Amino acid sequence: MKMITAIIKPFKLDEVREALSAIGVQGITVTEVKGFGRQKGHTELYRGAEYVVDFLPKAKVEVAVDDGLAERAIEAIEAAARTGKIGDGKIFVAHLEQVVRIRTGETGGQAV
Amino acid sequence: MKRRLIGLLLATAVLPAMAQAPAVPATPAIDSGDTAWMLTSTLLVILMTLPGLALFYGGLTRAKNMLSVLVQVFVVFALVSLLWALYGYSLAFAGDGRFVGDLSKAFLRGVGMQTVGALATIPEYVFFAFQGTFAAITVALIVGSLAERIKFSAVLVFALLWFTFSYVPMAHIVWGGGLLAQDGALDFAGGTVVHINAGVAGLVGAAMVGRRIGFGREAFTPHSLTLTMVGASLLWVGWFGFNAGSAGAANAVAGLAFVNTVLATAAATLSWLAGEALHKGKASMLGAASGAVAGLVAVTPAAGYVGPMGAIAIGLAAGLVCLWGVSGLKRMLGVDDAFDVFGVHGVGGIVGALLTGVFAAPGLGGTGGAAPEAFGMAAQVWIQFKSVLFTLVWSGVASFVAYKAADLLVGLRVDEESERQGLDITSHGESAYAR
Repeated sequence: MKMITAIIKPFKLDEVREALSAIGVQGITVTEVKGFGRQKGHTELYRGAEYVVDFLPKAKVEVAVDDGLAERAIEAIEAAARTGKIGDGKIFVAHLEQVVRIRTGETGGQAV
Repeated sequence: MKRRLIGLLLATAVLPAMAQAPAVPATPAIDSGDTAWMLTSTLLVILMTLPGLALFYGGLTRAKNMLSVLVQVFVVFALVSLLWALYGYSLAFAGDGRFVGDLSKAFLRGVGMQTVGALATIPEYVFFAFQGTFAAITVALIVGSLAERIKFSAVLVFALLWFTFSYVPMAHIVWGGGLLAQDGALDFAGGTVVHINAGVAGLVGAAMVGRRIGFGREAFTPHSLTLTMVGASLLWVGWFGFNAGSAGAANAVAGLAFVNTVLATAAATLSWLAGEALHKGKASMLGAASGAVAGLVAVTPAAGYVGPMGAIAIGLAAGLVCLWGVSGLKRMLGVDDAFDVFGVHGVGGIVGALLTGVFAAPGLGGTGGAAPEAFGMAAQVWIQFKSVLFTLVWSGVASFVAYKAADLLVGLRVDEESERQGLDITSHGESAYAR
């Protein structure tokens, strides 16, 4: 099983959710985060005080998938989240050791 | 027979009327219109502090210090209101000293249901209450310079001392028949007594407390400019009580002050925004709110003395000069005046005081002050300048002494760890926003 974590532009969230749903990924966790890669921040000015704000708002999307589904999930996210402009984000893929469905106690592939 | 009876009837009808011929009234009557307006104005000025100023400052601070700012303003209002009743009113408005009055009305002795104070057509209680709100907001203004690192106990000690040795004497000197009143200084609603006075106190305090940790390196981003706007709006609306109420009556002077408070503020808002846009490329909400306050401050000494066009001119000037006050001048002074009390109230008060001398001129639409025929602009500006200088010195010295005393008694500043964590948790054991 794989844990796929994607950092994307917040306005792309709905598209990514729909793209994942279309290939059969049913569960998703979303967090509002902030960060930067190569994208520049902006300047804020409060009276005489000028501050450079590096951190930009992003959305973190986490999905757990079966190995078989992983490739298609990654492609789906990539396609849905891409704008072609700087700041589109990154996808991280990690091996997932165990998954448990709390309600039923199912584990492994059954629980994903 | 009939004529005799009619004559008798007429005589008896006239007699009572003659017996009831009114005597000359000993004192002018209390005017219910004036009294109603002054009570309303008092309410408006209270609203300026609670919650106007509290929210204006609160929005500018970081979330971890929100409650500390709110409670400092709140508590200063309460403390000064009490002290005003105990001895402040008496020392400011009773007695004939050049610098301070006397204690003949301490604990409001001699102030009753039938007495009048300095204003003949309103009850003394109303005059007392109205003036008390001015004292409270003046002291409350100062906490804006000291925010995010001042000790709560230091605020209380300083407030008591500064109220006693700076506000009360200044009120007497300008309004209570003291030195500057005799000199002919024009200060309609308190440009010197309130704004320059508080502005200097803020600057001195910020210098003595020291810069906040991270000043110049970390971002001290205001946590809610939404609340700052709410606060600024309450200040503008409440200021109609501050300025128009300083007419002391429901009359045309109040009407003039009211109009000037609309126009100067509007002009300053726009000139500050124009300055911002030209200089930095963007007009900001904080700029609009700050410009408005700058205009309000500057028109405070002028409100009942200048014409509407003069008020616009004063506003335009204040917006631009105070914009410089919070940027260029602030950088030059190198003091961490957290919410720019000196840049807006100090500088704005000085601009307003001097320009009052100019635009009070009848030729420029002004009222000419106490003796319009004898008004000379150059002479008046010189008087205004002297009053500004006097205020700067008096406030500077009194503030320095008050801070020093507070420092010796309780210490001015919280320790570094507390400042980092935030005053809400460390000074007050509470958090403004659920995490």
